[in-house]
Amino acid sequence: MSADALTRVNNRRGIRAPHLLLIPAIAILVLGMGYPVIWQIVTSFQEYGLKQQFGQAPSFVGLDNYITLATDPQLWVVVGKSLAFCLITAFVTLGLGTLLALLMSAVTTTARLVLQVALLLAWSMPVVSAMTVWIWLFDRRRGAINYLLDMVPGVDMNRFDWLSTPFTFLLVASIIVVWMSVPFVSFSVYAGLTQVSDEVMEAAQLDGATGWQRFWGIILPMIRPVISIVLLLQLIWDLRVFTQIKLLQDAGSKSGDYDLLGTYIYKLGTSAQDFGMASAVSILVLGITIALSWFYIRSLLKEDVA
Amino acid sequence: MNRPLAKGLLSALAVIIALIWAFPVYWMVSSSFIPTAILQSFIPTFFPLNGTVSNYTGAIADGSFFSALGMSVAITLTVVLFCIVFAFLAAAAISRFRFRGRRSFVIAVLIVQMLPAEGLFIAQYKMVSSVHLLDSVVGVSVIYIAAVVPFTIWMLRGFVAGVPVDLEEAAMVDGLSRFGAFMRITFPLLAPGLVASGVYAFLQAWNEFTVALVLLPSEAAQTLPLWLRGFVQASATRETDWGQVMAASTLVAVPVIIFFLIVQGRLTSGLVSGAVKG
Repeated sequence: MSADALTRVNNRRGIRAPHLLLIPAIAILVLGMGYPVIWQIVTSFQEYGLKQQFGQAPSFVGLDNYITLATDPQLWVVVGKSLAFCLITAFVTLGLGTLLALLMSAVTTTARLVLQVALLLAWSMPVVSAMTVWIWLFDRRRGAINYLLDMVPGVDMNRFDWLSTPFTFLLVASIIVVWMSVPFVSFSVYAGLTQVSDEVMEAAQLDGATGWQRFWGIILPMIRPVISIVLLLQLIWDLRVFTQIKLLQDAGSKSGDYDLLGTYIYKLGTSAQDFGMASAVSILVLGITIALSWFYIRSLLKEDVA
Repeated sequence: MNRPLAKGLLSALAVIIALIWAFPVYWMVSSSFIPTAILQSFIPTFFPLNGTVSNYTGAIADGSFFSALGMSVAITLTVVLFCIVFAFLAAAAISRFRFRGRRSFVIAVLIVQMLPAEGLFIAQYKMVSSVHLLDSVVGVSVIYIAAVVPFTIWMLRGFVAGVPVDLEEAAMVDGLSRFGAFMRITFPLLAPGLVASGVYAFLQAWNEFTVALVLLPSEAAQTLPLWLRGFVQASATRETDWGQVMAASTLVAVPVIIFFLIVQGRLTSGLVSGAVKG
């Protein structure tokens, strides 16, 4: 649509119509998101614990909550674990997703459709249903995974309890998140791959470029915008992972050793009823998210101008 | 290695990976038809021979399934309806007009879209409980609409922008008002966009867990994901009845899988459109 046409429309109809159209959306966003964000920022500077839950007015304590957090070694352990979980899971997802996308473009149509349908099935599973199945698959006694691994000669996985140590617990969580997220990455990257022109690829082949060289020299640079956006979204989504951890804790241990940031905040808010501290940690998560999102938002804005 | 052979091998690999990826979904559906007595054995049953629906009747026997289904349907319909209307109005505004504050609004929408419920639920709980709307459709719906509306605005914006404004202008030359031209010409062309946005809102509201867990504490107000979690927990206090649990899980998943298949192409391109268009 030309800028010219837009100005014409605008002049004819004055300036007020668009603002009226935005009112419902703005009202609901202020109510559902804006107010909670502001409340949370304010509360993160307050003492808001059990006493306040029973009616005492919260008092401002300046940066006390943040100082308590910064000096709390347990929080840093949780932050470290969350970041490690997020980075490893996001990069494994990206790697596997890209490999599957390359595979899609290298196989017969039938094989590609079979793979795409399978990925779509995994992608479409509601997270709570998916967790339920996976928890059963990893079940200590009747899980199919222990049964299958046990059949491998020399491996004894009989009644191995995956959820009993923080490392295997988070490994299981990571496997599940990768399983759920790879389809989105594969479809996005595959969409990007279909944009790489066949002529360029053929020309490169005629010039004697090996498959490896064609990947690094031509394909990767051309799909880099997709890859970076997909990676960014994965990082943001994997940082806030909550449902998967919460449901695995239902099945395994609820102890603090198995917490990532999401469940850590949840416990601060529900069991400890310490809204001040919970808000402060939330602000930390929101801050990291917005910092990461900024690049994504910028790239979307470019599209808006176009 | 010659090329047809390589292609054949890779195709075989793709099919094997497909089987692995689909296995959990297959496992859920297959096990939901296997009688409990057989599932209790320590050797997994890979095919649902002698299938039964007794797991399904067992899973919905106590009636709590239907109350959760009712709650989920009420919340989902509310969210879909309001999201479509609000997003449609806002999308029309930002793609048909240039006005003061437009860019700030677009940026605000994009930022809000990224805010995680996982970082806001304490405040949302406090807000909703202070107006006594915990365990109500209204309370949770307001939060869902606010969470879903940004992406639906973004998605619909693309659809509206895709209808040439010249079409509307031609209609206006023929004597329609601006509003009339938009409703008669552009609106009908937006049907696919409205369906896609509606399905997106449906998926979000139907699957959401975190906010529901916080804002719907009482058992009578559970949505389906909360019901499924409760069902698993209740079952785990005895010997977990995996057949019934898988039946319950399938019941929650089936509508989602169907709707998801309708909208998936739109979802991918909506999230990374700028990058893919290249």
